[in-house]
Amino acid sequence: MSENNTRVIVITSGKGGVGKTTTTANIGTALANMGEKVALLDADIGLRNLDLALGLENRIVYDIVDVVEGRAKLRQAMIKDKRNQNLALLPAAQTRDKSAVNPAQMRQLVEELRAEGYTYIIIDCPAGIEQGFRNATAGATEAIIVTNPEMSSVRDADRIIGLLEAQDLRNPYLIVNRLRPKMVKSQDMLAVEDVQEVLGSNVKLLGIIPEDEVIITSTNKGEPAAAVEGSLAGQAYRNIARRLRGEEVPFLDLEEKVGFFGRLKGLFGNKK
Amino acid sequence: MPSLFDRIFGRAEKPAHTAKNRLKLVLMHDRADIPAPMMDQMRKEIIAVLSKYVVIDESQLDVSIERGEGGVALVASIPIVRVNSEE
Repeated sequence: MSENNTRVIVITSGKGGVGKTTTTANIGTALANMGEKVALLDADIGLRNLDLALGLENRIVYDIVDVVEGRAKLRQAMIKDKRNQNLALLPAAQTRDKSAVNPAQMRQLVEELRAEGYTYIIIDCPAGIEQGFRNATAGATEAIIVTNPEMSSVRDADRIIGLLEAQDLRNPYLIVNRLRPKMVKSQDMLAVEDVQEVLGSNVKLLGIIPEDEVIITSTNKGEPAAAVEGSLAGQAYRNIARRLRGEEVPFLDLEEKVGFFGRLKGLFGNKK
Repeated sequence: MPSLFDRIFGRAEKPAHTAKNRLKLVLMHDRADIPAPMMDQMRKEIIAVLSKYVVIDESQLDVSIERGEGGVALVASIPIVRVNSEE
């Protein structure tokens, strides 16, 4: 594993609440379970949350600002995941703000992580297009845009595409998150094809995540859905990780699954 | 608002379709990125040129960027009061 093979991917969206942190936690977990050495970097300084998604919140001693300001070595601050030693988190600082780190320092940090032999460095970008965004994208060589099939989030994604291009992050990947196949079928919700058509052909569809209650329960437990078999969203995230690694994986047939669960619900009297 | 008849027989535009069309439009505005002052200047200059030939009702003037056939279009609706006889 030479450092040249390290992929540095920023996960961004513009709009808040579309699932960046959940996506970061799940893709990171899935990649680590596939044998990749993964560093997750929470760039949302002041609003730390990636630690919660991973269940690592009680183990934080040092954070990204401590490393940048020289109070801790990078290795001291990296938190190894209990479940998978291939996965490590560099937490955001909670009591500082975006201005505590600048883009040059972020690039330096990414270089240090490269030297540590990680094969994937995944950066969880804060919402917005200000300094937090510039920090998170500074050291990245690839970008994943997370959007929901909903107008304001697609609009913000379009804005982000333009800003990424300005930073030479071209042809970003696209993840459509929180899709409701039933609503798409009844044409009450934008379809993935609609989102692609609107955003244009320079985005590459990387995955489609259905709205799934398992995301809520897994976040509550601090155990990403991708780590456990049996959920559609978890499967979708594992497929994304495989696609990132270069595998050809067909997109899940979400409509069929709805039909299947619908029939199951019908059989059992639609009780919850 | 679609009529009850349209809604019953499913002729109303589907919400997904509405959303897609609205999005396309708003993104063209966003992407065209014409700043408001420039838009205003353009409007004034259009008025100035037209005023050489016709008297226009400035209060009813409407200039906007719209999605036309195959692209973004500047659409102007300029009510003419009368031909400028002095010219």
